[in-house]
Amino acid sequence: MPVLDITLKDNALIMIHSLFLINNAGDLFLEKHWKSVISRSVCDYFFEAREKAVEPDNVPPVIRTPHHYLINIYREKIFFVSVIQTEVPPLFVIEFLHRVAETFQDYFGECSESTIKDNVVIVYELLEEMLDNGFPLATESNILKELIRPPTILRSMVNTITGSSNVGETLPTGQLSTIPWRRAGVKYTNNEAYFDVVEEIDAILDKSGTTVFAEIQGVIDACVKLSGMPDLTLSFMNPRLLDDVSFHPCVRYKRWESERVISFVPPDGNFQLMSYHISAQNLVAIPVYVKQNISFFETGSSGRLDITVGPKQTMGKTVEGLVVTVHMPKVVLSANLNATQGTYNYDPVTKILVWDIGKLNPQKLPNLKGSLSLQSGAPKPEENPSLNIDLKIQQLAISGLKVNRLDMYGEKYKPFKGVKYVTKAGKFQVRT
Amino acid sequence: MTDSKYFTTTKKGEIFELKAELNSDKKEKKKEAVKKVIASMTVGKDVSALFPDVVNCMQTDNLELKKLVYLYLMNYAKSQPDMAIMAVNTFVKDCEDLNPLIRALAVRTMGCIRVDKITEYLCEPLRKCLKDEDPYVRKTAAVCVAKLHDINAQLVEDQGFLDTLKDLISDSNPMVVANAVAALSEIAESHPNSNLLDLNPQTINKLLTALNECTEWGQIFILDCLASYLPRDDRESQSICERVTPRLSHANSAVVLSAVKVLMKFMEMLPKDLDYYGTLLKKLAPPLVTLLSAEPELQYVALRNINLIVQKRPEILKHEMKVFFVKYNDPIYVKLEKLDIMIRLASQANIAQVLAELKEYATEVDVDFVRKAVRAIGRCAIKVEQSAERCVSTLLDLIQTKVNYVVQEAIVVIKDIFRKYPNKYESVIATLCENLDSLDEPEARAAMIWIVGEYAERIDNADELLESFLEGFHDESTQVQLQLLTAIVKLFLKKPTETQELVQQVLSLATQDSDNPDLRDRGYIYWRLLSTDPVAAKEVVLAEKPLISEETDLIEPTLLEELICHIGTLASVYHKPPSAFVEGSRGVQHKRLPPRAGSGESTESPDVGQSGPSEAPPAVIPSQGDLLGDLLNLDLAPPTATVPSVQPSMQMGAMDLLGGGLDSLLGGDIGGSPSMGAGLGAAPAAMPASLGGAPAVGGGLGDLFDLGGGVGMPTGSYVAPKTVWLLAMKAKGLEISGTFARRGGIIQMDLSLTNKAMSVMTDFAIQFNRNSFGLAPAGPLQVLTPLSPNQTIDVSLPLSTSGPVMKMEPLNNLQVAVKNNIDVFYFSCQYPLSLLFVEDGKMDRQVFLATWKDIPNDNEAQFQIKDIHLNSDVASNKLQGSNIFTIAKRTVEGQDMLYQSVKLTNGIWVLAEMRIQTGNPNYTWMCWRRPHVRECVSQNDSPVIS
Repeated sequence: MPVLDITLKDNALIMIHSLFLINNAGDLFLEKHWKSVISRSVCDYFFEAREKAVEPDNVPPVIRTPHHYLINIYREKIFFVSVIQTEVPPLFVIEFLHRVAETFQDYFGECSESTIKDNVVIVYELLEEMLDNGFPLATESNILKELIRPPTILRSMVNTITGSSNVGETLPTGQLSTIPWRRAGVKYTNNEAYFDVVEEIDAILDKSGTTVFAEIQGVIDACVKLSGMPDLTLSFMNPRLLDDVSFHPCVRYKRWESERVISFVPPDGNFQLMSYHISAQNLVAIPVYVKQNISFFETGSSGRLDITVGPKQTMGKTVEGLVVTVHMPKVVLSANLNATQGTYNYDPVTKILVWDIGKLNPQKLPNLKGSLSLQSGAPKPEENPSLNIDLKIQQLAISGLKVNRLDMYGEKYKPFKGVKYVTKAGKFQVRT
Repeated sequence: MTDSKYFTTTKKGEIFELKAELNSDKKEKKKEAVKKVIASMTVGKDVSALFPDVVNCMQTDNLELKKLVYLYLMNYAKSQPDMAIMAVNTFVKDCEDLNPLIRALAVRTMGCIRVDKITEYLCEPLRKCLKDEDPYVRKTAAVCVAKLHDINAQLVEDQGFLDTLKDLISDSNPMVVANAVAALSEIAESHPNSNLLDLNPQTINKLLTALNECTEWGQIFILDCLASYLPRDDRESQSICERVTPRLSHANSAVVLSAVKVLMKFMEMLPKDLDYYGTLLKKLAPPLVTLLSAEPELQYVALRNINLIVQKRPEILKHEMKVFFVKYNDPIYVKLEKLDIMIRLASQANIAQVLAELKEYATEVDVDFVRKAVRAIGRCAIKVEQSAERCVSTLLDLIQTKVNYVVQEAIVVIKDIFRKYPNKYESVIATLCENLDSLDEPEARAAMIWIVGEYAERIDNADELLESFLEGFHDESTQVQLQLLTAIVKLFLKKPTETQELVQQVLSLATQDSDNPDLRDRGYIYWRLLSTDPVAAKEVVLAEKPLISEETDLIEPTLLEELICHIGTLASVYHKPPSAFVEGSRGVQHKRLPPRAGSGESTESPDVGQSGPSEAPPAVIPSQGDLLGDLLNLDLAPPTATVPSVQPSMQMGAMDLLGGGLDSLLGGDIGGSPSMGAGLGAAPAAMPASLGGAPAVGGGLGDLFDLGGGVGMPTGSYVAPKTVWLLAMKAKGLEISGTFARRGGIIQMDLSLTNKAMSVMTDFAIQFNRNSFGLAPAGPLQVLTPLSPNQTIDVSLPLSTSGPVMKMEPLNNLQVAVKNNIDVFYFSCQYPLSLLFVEDGKMDRQVFLATWKDIPNDNEAQFQIKDIHLNSDVASNKLQGSNIFTIAKRTVEGQDMLYQSVKLTNGIWVLAEMRIQTGNPNYTWMCWRRPHVRECVSQNDSPVIS
């Protein structure tokens, strides 16, 4: 075993030393140091790894440098590069970085270089509030929003006119209670609670259409706008489906374990109540099938493509937003195809063919057919292109999960309640 | 308008301009200026020159402006500490502010200023803030204690902040508790011996309660802290596990992984037959699988850890193979990790699926991934024997694709398959040979050449093939050159007639035209071998090769255990011990898994510094000077902890005092100094402690008496428990422990051989160096079956006393060499002299009397055995079991006197008198016939008494 040429400096307490934000072009556009200033030249190691990885997605998340570790995530075309000097759980750092990205998204509507630059002072205030000396302090959006108000067009106008500030004058109430995710004194004229059950199918189908692997990643997103301190209970018709779940901290785990109901005092506004994972193959329905034939000829620098999509297990619902994406081998120069439905586009630079079908009509199956022309003289490509399917089915949770009822305790008013279901394709891949 | 306007002032004199604005009378202008300063900071501009001006803006009642100034201060306080002192008064004032936000902000910022001078100002405000009525302030202050400790640890201790911090663990607010725990564990980690986080069942209970209520980040700290606790028993371990398992359903993956760490560690303590153990195993799988649906960066860290978990407990994820199937849009770093885990989980049950997947991957675009997939197919073949045939045919299919790097990888792994299953798949060689020309990577070329050489007799044109490589010999890499040399020599030995010229050619290329010493040496060796004894050459070069082992890339078990204790850390990502990451004062404590309750499963391994003397290497010989010192300092009081180290010194020291050779001894002057007597008196006490590891000497002796069996029953001689003679780390994984016994007149060496290496050990043999009593193995070491990894085998080796004699120091020292297929190892051990007491050692009474009188006084030695409550008859019986015979007994003034004789294997007689004083249970042995033996006898006799 080679001796590590790197040791971390003994430097108590500092978890995350510094943060650098780097855009896709390699420009470092923001730096924040929680302890002493670390020269941005430390990022050279990152740039080196970035170059080696070719694709931005392939940059390794943990990079070793002689005196530090760089732990980075890639979100919304921005690299969040953190500098670590002590032995810190890397997941801790990565989770935190994702939280930073989510907070930016939450505050500025999108997490991009321009929004960050436009709100650089708020960004700095947020980073300082989220991490004390490299130590997570307040990462709950409810608390942060009371400490630092998010910018709105109206408020920034008002601020410029009146000179008032975007900094909360008082201590956020959530900090004091044992339910830090909810502020006190919430008041709405319309009390409403909506739940979205969103399921994504991750699947790999082989050439013949057989399922190699399939699972469902489900989440229940909530939008709860209820006055006071409501205590909610959500129950399912078929809770047995759920054996692998992760909950928002507000959920009382004990009740789930004993009664299989979700009991919680909700945060105010939008939040993800739970996520779940269903891997039992027999429970994962595959809504569409794909018949495809992509072949390249030995001579003549050309090939053929023929793809048909049809419904499989749709539970009587309509498949919408159907998109087929094909990653072509590098030698494919152009595609001359004919689509019976929807439109197709082949990008010769990224070598990606996108066929946007739209709604799937079971009576008239969509088909895409035609020829591919290859770089002349190039050998027949070895690798098989892979197909990616995107789709959406409204009013269906493909696992069959159904919410039974939602009850509210602790408050007198009658809230308006609603549940919506939607199924999407996640990483849905067809091999050829 | 957005903040981007603050970036526009890039013209000359910017700092000057800002300075003016900061000193403006208008509050708005000031605020804008500070914002501009902060905007400059975000892009890495040095605006520290503005420090005094920004600090001047601090005294304001505008909260936003104040926060901005604090933002600036926190960034520069560390690099400009002297200037930061200017702000101290404001800090102190702000610590008294009515608004808890400002109090917290002030104490927080002060903690960031790393100057000794400021710390004295910090103490009072910090003390107040630690007891603040507002939990927000308290939790900020808790972190501040750790910051201050980093600057001035002594001050923190003197001021009693540590106690306050410990009190905060019982705070009513869970977030305060979490921060206090985090701060304490940080401080504790930088001072490993401080015992700050005194983890006892009460504090653990508090932590577990706080775990349910605090923030996700706090939960991580608490879980990591719990992981360092060692539960008292399996019941406590289970109850902690029960309270930690709900964390597995947390949305934060770092919490989940920390919980997995605690469970993996504490699980070790649970008996495997416990129902709960099975439940826990089942509960661990889903959260690990869920981690794989998170963002790719999280997946990567999770996969690195799962790799460890799978090696430790494959049963957890054995049914989850499919979640590790690679998706084509996974980042490459995730793909490679998944592949690795797939191989680890591969078994006969799922091999078909795995192979189908691997074949799929081998046609992907990414070259690195494809290569690894091809290699993985080879690893499957080696791991799952039933699949070997399918793997080989899959590899052949891949070779048919003619994709260059696929072919090369396939050939490299096929070579390994040949090494695992010789004479099974050689039919494919023809196909391999077709691809000879396309190989351009050294590893693949070397593999191909190896195959041609190894199977030269089956390849008709082997000579032509090898000759074709020879043309560009000097352009090849060393790896290929060495392989080519060996292959041609093999070919020559198999088909000597046609290939003489070829072998001449390669030998001269290797020896005369090469600058590479390895190549030259190997060339010369072959040359010499071939020219002197072709038959021997054949035996050497064409010898049967050991099969390669199944899993070559497993992490070494002790490292694996340590890494399991560090799940979720950088160490677990790099699979390197944590000590490789941290330098300086923060001592790294090697963490180990706790031992399982109620089972004999040993978690010991050679590098554990167990405190018991049995673990100490047997042949430690301290320097002479210290020895004498030790001797003189030893009085008759029972030696306690120092005993084991003193024991060898006794022998050395005593021997030295007595002087050397056999002949000079009888008439030799032994000095008879009082110190020697004292030393000898202590010796028997030392011995049992070192042998039995009994803490109290008296108790040890008492035990020894018990060991001897029932009263009045003459039994076999005392056999000391086995001690470790050869440490696995010093012997490439072979650990030897052993002891000596005399059974039915035959001396036996009882050995336990343990294989702590990864590969099978065979061909054991043993030899002794010449020694004082001519001990030698009476037969070969009988280890019939190969010793597989983790196996222990017990062997009894009969010894004779007819070997060559050479006086050793100490007298009873024995130097041993053990050989196996790996290497030869040496160790030394000491045998009890009682081993040499022969059965016919009972001297005639008359002879005894006559001899007794003849013994010169100088040859006498006395020593005492303390705290033995036996009467003379019992003692006499016990001693007889060890061939120490009582010739006569008399009672004088209430004391029993026993007269005893002993005969050694070499015919030397030893006579002894034993005085047993009733009520004062002291034994005094005296009058040894042969002083040079005396020392050893006296030391070795105490156990014999039993």
